[in-house]
Amino acid sequence: MSGGLYSMDQKDFDQTLDLTKVKPYGDTMNDGKTQLSFTLPVPCGDEAVEAAKQLMKKMGFDNPQVVYFKELTEGFTFVNCYGACTHTVDYTTIHVPKVESTVWSMQETDDFIREHIGRKIVVVGASTGTDAHTVGIDAIMNMKGYAGHYGIERYDMFDALNMGSQIPNEEFIAKAVELHADALLVSQTVTQKDVHIQNLTELIEMLEAEGLRDKLIVVCGGPRITHELAKELGYDAGFGANTYADDVASYIAQELDRRMNG
Amino acid sequence: MTEKSKLGLDFAQVAVAKQLAKQIADQVQEFVDGYTTVTVERTLCRLIGIDGIDENEVPLPNRVVDALHEAGVLSQGVLYFMGNAILETSLAPQAIAERISRNELDVTSLPLHPLPEIQKAIQPYIEQCLTRIKGNVAKRNEYLNTIGEGPKPYLYIIVATGNIYEDVVQAQAGARQGADVIAVIRTTGQSLLDYVPYGATTEGFGGTFATQENFRIMRKALDEVGEEQGRYIRLCNYCSGLCMPEIAAMGALERLDVMLNDALYGILFRDINPQRTLIDQYFSRIINGYAGVIINTGEDNYLTTADAVEAAHTVLASDLINEQLALLAGLPEEQMGLGHAFEMDPMLENGFLLELAQAQMTREIFPKATLKYMPPTKFMTGNIFRGHIQDALFNIIGIWTHQGIQLLGMPTEAIHTPFMSDRYLSIENARYIFNDMRSIGEEMEFREGGICRERAKTVLNNAIELLQQIVQEGLFTALEKGIFGDVKRPKDGGKGLAGVVTKGDNYFNPFIKMMKERW
Repeated sequence: MSGGLYSMDQKDFDQTLDLTKVKPYGDTMNDGKTQLSFTLPVPCGDEAVEAAKQLMKKMGFDNPQVVYFKELTEGFTFVNCYGACTHTVDYTTIHVPKVESTVWSMQETDDFIREHIGRKIVVVGASTGTDAHTVGIDAIMNMKGYAGHYGIERYDMFDALNMGSQIPNEEFIAKAVELHADALLVSQTVTQKDVHIQNLTELIEMLEAEGLRDKLIVVCGGPRITHELAKELGYDAGFGANTYADDVASYIAQELDRRMNG
Repeated sequence: MTEKSKLGLDFAQVAVAKQLAKQIADQVQEFVDGYTTVTVERTLCRLIGIDGIDENEVPLPNRVVDALHEAGVLSQGVLYFMGNAILETSLAPQAIAERISRNELDVTSLPLHPLPEIQKAIQPYIEQCLTRIKGNVAKRNEYLNTIGEGPKPYLYIIVATGNIYEDVVQAQAGARQGADVIAVIRTTGQSLLDYVPYGATTEGFGGTFATQENFRIMRKALDEVGEEQGRYIRLCNYCSGLCMPEIAAMGALERLDVMLNDALYGILFRDINPQRTLIDQYFSRIINGYAGVIINTGEDNYLTTADAVEAAHTVLASDLINEQLALLAGLPEEQMGLGHAFEMDPMLENGFLLELAQAQMTREIFPKATLKYMPPTKFMTGNIFRGHIQDALFNIIGIWTHQGIQLLGMPTEAIHTPFMSDRYLSIENARYIFNDMRSIGEEMEFREGGICRERAKTVLNNAIELLQQIVQEGLFTALEKGIFGDVKRPKDGGKGLAGVVTKGDNYFNPFIKMMKERW
């Protein structure tokens, strides 16, 4: 292995943080140190290691090191690598669209709804299309919630229906109409070959065709969903990894208040 | 039950639990015996040699069964009309099916022969089928007796590229790295199709279509790599959803070794109608039993929706019911891959001890079963580094408590279907731990009055209480109340109820008796 226990690399670079030129941090400001692992479809050996290093250079890494390599099966070599990233980004100009609402506790949200909406908010949720995963919609809706965040079913001021998984968009919309839903929650877990994009787009198109789009708050969520993507697809908001029922419930309450009370 | 319990389990209580589960299973069986379904009938088509598709890619078994269903005569069973048509036309079932699919033949309007003659006409096709399946069992045994197999727990990995040919590359790589069981994950949504697609397939979402041709392609690839590695590699697929027994039949014909096969799972997590799938399950388990296939049940999934600490006893109760349902179908205990891992929050204090206690408890309650043990998926977060450690802890429990099949967790669970390198890391993890801790189960004892013993006792007692309640109410009502996985499933709800048919006077299915008696 290279380097041994102590880094003997010369540190002849500027070690002051400049937010207009940010790069990865290993143990020294601006060292650019990055770990990667990947598999190359070539036989295991010195040539594979060299190929990995050359690829690292092309990716923009200085001093590429292959610290471990192993044949996975004939013709495939797995590598663990380190390198110093040469690229930087300007952190000061970054703008990420975010759901603009304050995250409240269950109690705060319930109180707000009582005061400003004056009735229960009706929410229908489902994992739609062919997606068989209920883990996302369950985490947001079920009584128990997830990681200590109670689900929307537990809120006093929400009437929540979790339709489960593999719900066709037609059925989902029909249920929303039947229950006079205020908000729809769509969960998408399977994202292979962008199947979720197709399905999410179809829902919006069907809502628009039936003249329902503006009457509903339509929200999507899932591990690969971002608010930016959701907006792009015509949703009011998107909730990705590390968001919970609190985030969704407070957003819906505030958005409905905004729509009803201006 | 002569072996002494390491956990201090009261085997008299275990016997009580099994007796209760048997009562529940008997109630279900009483219902099941009166019915057949469209997929059971399509299964019979497949078993007597009907295969292929029509010009609209509709499988011929569907064409035959739909024709009978539409004519309102499916209650007499497909074998009745097929046997009669053989007598009338002197054609083989496949040729008859082809004529039906071209609308050239209406088997319901042919003159009817006496039932014994009809039964006699169909018998050679039944025997031919059973001979083929027996040949597959013999071939598997021959492999096991010559090249052998890996030690238990078998290392179980999934492939899920969507393309069967790419799956082959991944599967062979996995086998070379040490995997003993290769599961080809099905494309999302296949469980809800009321037909089985045909031919080799290269497009799927999150998995690959289960088709008989895909089974054949993968079987061949695994035999090749098994011979090369000197270790029999088992092939696993999913005989669940709306085509449960059909896929069992295809698996029996193509020598699959392991099948996910659990009506309760389909009811809870795919919203399949409870009546439909329990009827389907019965025949599918008869086939799996006969074909030497290890079934896997899905109890470990219950606790992805319910709380793992509070609801652990529902997993045990379901395992006990599943065991009795399997016994009724003639499935040997050794072929029962009862599922049972408990997805507890990794941040829970002493969670490992609870998990260990439950795994040991399950081992002792089902001593002969090839238990299926699966690490968590719910609490995999994208932090691949911690995830790898979580999987390692489950591997420790797997070797410690002598599990039969260890489903290998992937560090990248919840991110993507596994990369080739993810599988390598997971297999390396398991092999390291299994070797390093091989005999830990024999060395360690559970302290009297300690956390593990108390936990096992509590879970068993709670399971008995729950089983008593289900005996009173029946399984269907228990499902309606959401006892398993916090999911409520009405008896007349869900998908597939329209495919359930009462058995008529002329209905016969000789496979049930012949397979159970190991013809």
